Amino acid sequence: MSEPPGAAVSLAEAPSADAPSKPLAAQRVLPLRRPGRWIATAVVLVLVAQFVHGLTTNPFYQWDRFGYWFLRPTILDGLLITLEVTAYSAVLGLLGGVLLALARLSKSPVLRAVSWTYVWALRSIPLIVVLLFLYNFSALYKTLSVGVPFGPAFFSFDESKLATDMVIAVIGLSLNEAAYAAEVVRGGILSVDQGQHEAAAALGLPKSYQFTKIVFPQALRSITPNYVNQLIGLVKSTSLVFYVSLLDLFGTAQTMGATYPGDIVPLLLVVTVWYLILTSVVSVIQFYVERYYARGASRNLPPTPLQQLRTGLTDLRARIRREAAV
Amino acid sequence: MTAKTLEPPADVEAATVEVHDVHKWYGTHRVLNGIDLTVRPGEVTVILGPSGSGKSTLLRVINHLEKPEIGHVSVNDELIGVKRQGDRLKELSERAILAQRGRIGFVFQNFNLFPHLTVLDNVAAAPVATGRLGKPEARELARELLDRVGLADKTDAYPRQLSGGQQQRVAIARALALRPGVILFDEPTSALDPELVGEVLAVIKDLASTGTTLVIVTHEIGFAREIADRVVFIDGGRIVEQGPPSEVLDKPRHERTRDFLSKVL
Repeated sequence: MSEPPGAAVSLAEAPSADAPSKPLAAQRVLPLRRPGRWIATAVVLVLVAQFVHGLTTNPFYQWDRFGYWFLRPTILDGLLITLEVTAYSAVLGLLGGVLLALARLSKSPVLRAVSWTYVWALRSIPLIVVLLFLYNFSALYKTLSVGVPFGPAFFSFDESKLATDMVIAVIGLSLNEAAYAAEVVRGGILSVDQGQHEAAAALGLPKSYQFTKIVFPQALRSITPNYVNQLIGLVKSTSLVFYVSLLDLFGTAQTMGATYPGDIVPLLLVVTVWYLILTSVVSVIQFYVERYYARGASRNLPPTPLQQLRTGLTDLRARIRREAAV
Repeated sequence: MTAKTLEPPADVEAATVEVHDVHKWYGTHRVLNGIDLTVRPGEVTVILGPSGSGKSTLLRVINHLEKPEIGHVSVNDELIGVKRQGDRLKELSERAILAQRGRIGFVFQNFNLFPHLTVLDNVAAAPVATGRLGKPEARELARELLDRVGLADKTDAYPRQLSGGQQQRVAIARALALRPGVILFDEPTSALDPELVGEVLAVIKDLASTGTTLVIVTHEIGFAREIADRVVFIDGGRIVEQGPPSEVLDKPRHERTRDFLSKVL
């Protein structure tokens, strides 16, 4: 290809246009302009603004009714039930999960098989079915007795007295939660390096100490994010306890909605906002728990949001000062 | 290195280690084929051999991290992992084996420090967990031992904040915290950068001079010549030859030993 005669000339001239002012080393590199990114940002901002506009101005949402219901004692009572059911099920589910995981990792084939079957069954059955089964349990078994299978019973309970709606809900959720937690815990335990088990054994540490002080704390690092994920699912699953006639947050809103049909939408908004708050609280707790278990795993702990904000502001200030100086 | 000379602890007696006709196999793969070895109290024994020759397995059989299929090991005339019942050997309970391991120090190639515990707690954990010392006494001992390996200023650090050489020195202090009569070293410098090898070898050398029984698997031939009372050369799960370094390293009698030394020297 033949070059146009002007090309070589302009190339030679180009530097001479700016160069005399400053040596190359002192010149700042101009950042690349990214128009595509600006356009995308603008489009998204418009969409967000439209959404917020709709949310605030559409009379359909009835924000005044939302304000009326948000802190109503009946709603707060429901919220309390949701919190109680979640708390009990989370703790019992995790305990069950640890036991199931240990059984699954044991050398006994019977324990392994039982644990595997439990997890398989409970992960297969929908939670609502488990809850309804338990709800009708007192019809299936009038009394619960402790004794030798097919043999004499040592003592027995009247099942209908024992099983309040709350107990049924917690048992159902815990049974379900334990199956998922078992896999989370098992994964966590397997993620601990084999060398840790060997070092603990070589030091002659007692078996229980090996698990509680050496292996489990290290496993918790990978258990935490997965279990919190589980926990957020659990918070929402508690809305199913409405079907075993326990009035949780969702259940209360549902009943109130039946009584005040005009307020169904604001009531759903109240429920939504409360679930958002609960999930946010769980996420904040997760951050600090993860940070705690990161001790030793990473050389420096991840900064807290406050620290991030502070360094962010410092950086911004430094940048502005730099820009101003140029 | 600021390591002070290690004083032999008054309450620790250097142990005798006896390995009797030990065989170990995984499936059809024979790792150890009848090893007989006696390590006298205070003796420093270096085990050499090509990779896969069974030297690490031998070390792990001594503290019963691996069970031998045939044969037995005793430390100070106490059988490890088994007990005599009539003319048979019966496996000990896990608890009893763990108690025996507390009298045998073990230092791993990859340190295997507990990453979630501070350096001080790594060293103090075992004496507390096994009920030998109260927490304050164990921490006092840990401080003392860390001072001896030159890490008095690192007590509050976490293992991953240390260099490999420092981590291995912590691991040695951790093994010493149980006041073992014998310490087993499984390639203690193989995972280290060359420039960090010296600080770990210096600590082991100090330890050797205190009269503790040491069994060391290593590839550092120069180090073996310097500190070993006896060098044992293993190949194919058998002891090919053993003797003082001046014989095994300088005038090896077996072709296999000569061949190995010519490759690693």
